[in-house]
Amino acid sequence: MKGYLVLENGQIFDGERIGSKIDTACEVVFNTGMAGYIETFTDPSYAGQGIVMTYPLIGNYGIIKNDVESSKIWAKSIFIHELAEFESNFRTEGNLESFLEENNIPGLKNVNTRMLTKVLRNSGTMRGYLTSNLSNMKEIENKIKAYKVGKVVEEVTCSQKESFNEDRKIQIALLDYGYKKNILKSLLSRGVGVTVYPALTSAQEILKSKPNGIMLSNGPGDPEDCEVEIENVKKLYNSDVAIFGICLGHQLMALANGFKTAKLKFGHRGPNHPVKDLKNGKVYITSQNHGYYVIEDSIDENKAEVSHINLNDQTVEGISYKNKKVFTVQFHPEACPGPQDTAYLFDKFIDMIGGNK
Amino acid sequence: MPKNKDIKKVLVIGSGPIIIGQAAEFDYAGTQACRELKKEGIEVILLNSNPATIMTDKNMADKIYLEPLTVETAKKIIKKERPDSILPNLGGQTGLNLAMELAESGFLDEYNVKLLGTGKEGIKNAEDRQAFKDMMESINEPCIASKVVNSVEDALAFAEQIKLPVIVRPAYTLGGTGGGIAYSMEELEEICSSGLRLSRVHQVLIEKCIAGWKEIEYEVMRDSKGTCITICNMENIDPVGVHTGDSIVVAPSQTLSDKEYQMLRTSAIKIISALKIEGGCNVQFALNPNSFEYAVIEVNPRVSRSSALASKATGYPIAKVAAKIAIGYTLDEIINQVTGKTYACFEPVLDYVVVKIPKWPFKKFLTASRDLGTQMKATGEVMAIAPNLEMGIMKGVRSLEENLDSLIYPKFKDYTDEEVEEKLHKIDNERFFCIAEALRRGISIDKIHEITTVDKFFIGIALKIVRMEKELATKKLNLELLRRAKEYGFTDKVIASLNGMTEEEVHKFRKENKITANYKMVDTCAAEFEAQTPYYYSSYDDENEAKDSGKKKIMVLGSGPIRIGQGIEFDYCSVHGVWALKKKGYETIIVNNNPETVSTDFDIADKLYFEPLTPEDVESIVDTEKPYGAIVQFGGQTAIKLTESLDKIGVKILGTSAVDMDRAEDREEFDKALTNCGILRPKGGTIYTVEEAKAVANRLGYPVLVRPSYVLGGQGMAIAYDDKEIEEYVNEINTVAQEHPILVDKYVMGREVEVDAICDGEDILIPGIMQHLERAGVHSGDSISVYPTQNVEPEHEKTIIEYTKKIAKELNVLGILNIQFIISEGKVYIIEVNPRSSRTVPYISKVTNLPMIEIATNVILGEKLKDMPYGTGLYRKSDYVCVKMPVFSFEKIKNADTSLGPEMKSTGEVLGVSKKYHEAVLKAFIASGANVSTRGNILITVRDKDKEEMLEVAQKFDKKGFKIFATKGTAKFLEENGIKAKVVEKIWEGKDSILDLIQSGKLNFVINTPTKGKQSGRDGFKIRRMAVECKIPCFTSLDTVNALYAAIEDETKEEDLEVVDITEV
Repeated sequence: MKGYLVLENGQIFDGERIGSKIDTACEVVFNTGMAGYIETFTDPSYAGQGIVMTYPLIGNYGIIKNDVESSKIWAKSIFIHELAEFESNFRTEGNLESFLEENNIPGLKNVNTRMLTKVLRNSGTMRGYLTSNLSNMKEIENKIKAYKVGKVVEEVTCSQKESFNEDRKIQIALLDYGYKKNILKSLLSRGVGVTVYPALTSAQEILKSKPNGIMLSNGPGDPEDCEVEIENVKKLYNSDVAIFGICLGHQLMALANGFKTAKLKFGHRGPNHPVKDLKNGKVYITSQNHGYYVIEDSIDENKAEVSHINLNDQTVEGISYKNKKVFTVQFHPEACPGPQDTAYLFDKFIDMIGGNK
Repeated sequence: MPKNKDIKKVLVIGSGPIIIGQAAEFDYAGTQACRELKKEGIEVILLNSNPATIMTDKNMADKIYLEPLTVETAKKIIKKERPDSILPNLGGQTGLNLAMELAESGFLDEYNVKLLGTGKEGIKNAEDRQAFKDMMESINEPCIASKVVNSVEDALAFAEQIKLPVIVRPAYTLGGTGGGIAYSMEELEEICSSGLRLSRVHQVLIEKCIAGWKEIEYEVMRDSKGTCITICNMENIDPVGVHTGDSIVVAPSQTLSDKEYQMLRTSAIKIISALKIEGGCNVQFALNPNSFEYAVIEVNPRVSRSSALASKATGYPIAKVAAKIAIGYTLDEIINQVTGKTYACFEPVLDYVVVKIPKWPFKKFLTASRDLGTQMKATGEVMAIAPNLEMGIMKGVRSLEENLDSLIYPKFKDYTDEEVEEKLHKIDNERFFCIAEALRRGISIDKIHEITTVDKFFIGIALKIVRMEKELATKKLNLELLRRAKEYGFTDKVIASLNGMTEEEVHKFRKENKITANYKMVDTCAAEFEAQTPYYYSSYDDENEAKDSGKKKIMVLGSGPIRIGQGIEFDYCSVHGVWALKKKGYETIIVNNNPETVSTDFDIADKLYFEPLTPEDVESIVDTEKPYGAIVQFGGQTAIKLTESLDKIGVKILGTSAVDMDRAEDREEFDKALTNCGILRPKGGTIYTVEEAKAVANRLGYPVLVRPSYVLGGQGMAIAYDDKEIEEYVNEINTVAQEHPILVDKYVMGREVEVDAICDGEDILIPGIMQHLERAGVHSGDSISVYPTQNVEPEHEKTIIEYTKKIAKELNVLGILNIQFIISEGKVYIIEVNPRSSRTVPYISKVTNLPMIEIATNVILGEKLKDMPYGTGLYRKSDYVCVKMPVFSFEKIKNADTSLGPEMKSTGEVLGVSKKYHEAVLKAFIASGANVSTRGNILITVRDKDKEEMLEVAQKFDKKGFKIFATKGTAKFLEENGIKAKVVEKIWEGKDSILDLIQSGKLNFVINTPTKGKQSGRDGFKIRRMAVECKIPCFTSLDTVNALYAAIEDETKEEDLEVVDITEV
């Protein structure tokens, strides 16, 4: 069945429908990863978005249940160039097409993804509508205009807290703004216990459990929409407990300190972003997935300093807070998908709170 | 860290002659490095013995030494030039080894020369087997488990530990005889005991067998601050067991999930960090297809063939960046040239796929084994870029120029299903085609996978191509089907042949419906950033990113994959053509498909199209670019072959016209042209069948020269001495359908002389006349060539100049041409005229200091020679003698016959330059790796008719004090003539035979003139092969031996030779 992606600017890309046959609006973004589509599609940070994969062959190794980063696909839709017909890998358990169906997620294949990416690069991230029926363009336009990613953190976060390895000496509170499973795994593999809290859990409740450290996870949407979360982070910041923030967690900490965030033209989504650690001058290749960033000029020098920058566009990639055991990064040290080069940050965090691996 | 200001003068070491396993990629890397260093204001001293390279060009370095790549020579250059640093990691294994020898001997320290890039320790840890193993162990990276054992018991115990199957490799046996794979303990016991028996030192290596594992490579870069990036990963379609140079390779990896991808990437970075590499490095992994188990196969602490491929596949200029790192820059200080905005410190992402297919020389070596294994056999490779693998494979296949334009392999048509299945077991150059044939016969993916261990994913791709073939063969061609076929990379010709239409009909239907190729840009970043490099590949997706600039542009057609007969020289010509056109203000377009070359570097031409060189592919580019004209005369036979089709679609052929080019090839036309000029040529005729051939041969009288029309490098060419031989050769040529007649000429024995010349329609310019040391009958590419001529009579030179002018004008040559002459019994004959650039152009340009290609280009553009400062006629002779010597790769190709004849066999060449003839020859011999000692033992076995001539040779060496070994007949003949010779038994005479003598390592060289025929069963063949495998030079032409004698006669030592900076010649 033919399908179309209608963009906010009126441009239409056609393709063939895959997965669910529902129509949907989304914010269209592109990801440049060449492997790791399972992790990408199940990353909760994509909630509300339609993902364009720039790599032209998707589905080569099918679906591997172990590689999902959350319980389901959070993206609203996917747009790919070609869907592999013959998937092959020793762990393959199914194919992408049925995975999309199971998740009730629609998508398009045979899309000129390069052209679409160039449109997004030049005009910036846009909203769009995936449909098979172009007969009522007015209605489609209205739907696109009405679409807002909204308060998606509340959609993706867990409903109740859950604890892992409670017997461990060191306990970490992980705030679930839409965390990727590998953040949890990265912590657990370093010998600590973790309790995952729903995003809206109050600071008091978290602090009551006397965690040795707090981890602010990644998550979807506009950080400024997270008023309650920001208030909570303020309190956590004041508590003197060590905090490590990733992605949305990094942005929320910045906002909690009165710094400002803004939207990038077309975001950073891919496994190849060079980030410079300003302390040792070394550059790391990082996995990234964010549409917003912390404005460098808004950072209060008395409170914090920039620890990492993106080498491509010089945007802030990490902040180190002064006189606090608090540091945050915009990129994803938990990788999955992408390079594992910055996994040492988890070690740094564990070291900071006195835990040995 | 910014540039290290202490670096002011750098010695760059090149990789020497093209051999199998070390080809044009190092010219590409070296050229990039030299340009980069010069841009940084550093004085570049270059050492490379290969005159065909671009890196040895005058504008590439400040001082250029076309000298042997030996420690002795390097020391002399260092003493003379006193560089402060040496750049070792861009000249392949040869350059690296040489630099390491200099470093380890303490010479570099003594002369205060700094080793740039990776340190001595790092290189040693990567190169030395044991050191590498130890280092991998210390960082917990798994190598392939192996152990040297001296007994069967130890072997069994070790196998128990590492699990079967295991490979048994006996130490010191030729070509690994006596080894094998053991799948059971019983088998191990059997193989091991025989292996131990065969091994001279009673020793075998037991190694875990990982054949069938996935072979994955990562290209990694690291700077002095420790920042590491991976440029690209690649997956071999052929699993472990086939050398990566002989594998079909795709980029990026296709069957790895992010988990495996990152696991290996992390490992690669760990390794490069442990080795403290500064620059580029290649890490090869074997990955168990059924688990996360992996092993590090090898690390190359330098740029390599794979890094050239990775550079072209991603657009990331690895060699350039490696050079910058070597002089102190860090990755975050180097701008990404492609985007112009971002830095070199990032990892490229692809939004297309890349397929590399090797080009093998098997057509040249009919007796050679086509099996693929751990010894690389390919001479070159092609690369294809496409949005999908199907198209990538189809583009790659037709880029090979093997008369194939799809996965349909004519030979398999006659196979039964059983034969096809049987053939699947064979790991050779035809395997992927056989997989396609098996699928056509309905053999399942699972079954094929079980037999070949090729990943099902790739078999699936072949199946999709096969299904498309079937659809095209069974359905009416509608637009939808046509579009899909084009998206899979099917050419109009293939579609037509499957669909029962004519190519013209398909072409018309397609064009009428505007199904045309659109070009996408290679931008290193999957469109995330705006790119500035005009590097394109075709697709059938919407949107053409290549735009007609409206400027006046000229297209230069490249020469495709490196092969015997068409090597790097033609890339040299293409690149110089582009540069000359740019100087004149034209916009330039280059079309080529060879990832190893300089011409496919994105900053050579204004626009680079990485595409197959076929009529349809080129036409599509023409449709987009609408060039003013095209130059075909620089790209070898590959480009020449496109002349007619370019002409047909209305592209102006700049330079010699299509019609005139054909006149040089078409027998009758050529004869007419020569007659018009009153020039002699050996008598001959054209034939199609064996009967006609015999008739012509008998009329002319044997021996005769047999060859197909329109070939390069004398492919299929042979001298026939009787009816039986002519039958054999003509049949051989006719295994491929011949569009043109076969030529049979009287073989004229004489001295061969060659010229390259430029003609502007009125005048000619001959840079120099070259003389071949081997007599006619040995292909010019395999002959030692001397410039200027040493003993050609002035009157003959005059005739040669006169003939050159006459025939050039007769054929309306505009641009460059190459002529081969024979001087026999006082007469000058022309045997061949090639109205195009030739193999000798780079070398003769360098030694005469004439920019031949630039002059030719300007002539093509309408300028006149008389208005240029170079004069006309024969250019002044150089004071230096320059000897070009061929280099062969026989040891790499099992069972290839090494005897020299009319069919070219050499893969590369070296140059010797000196004011004295014998010194130049000596240098060339040293550079080619020959043993030039003035004492020792030689073995002589010659055919009867060469005996008289051999006697002279034997006398010379005897007088010099060489000990001569010979078979009974020859020995007796020598004794009769007063030369002592030790008799050695013939092969079939059993013990202490010739073969044992060769194996003993006592010999300096072997002289063996081949008897008739191409069969491999003969003794001569076995002797030659044994010599090759024992790395003992074997000369099959007495002329070559005489040249060697001339070189060593006065006992000049290498240390006495003076190094010559070619820029001052």
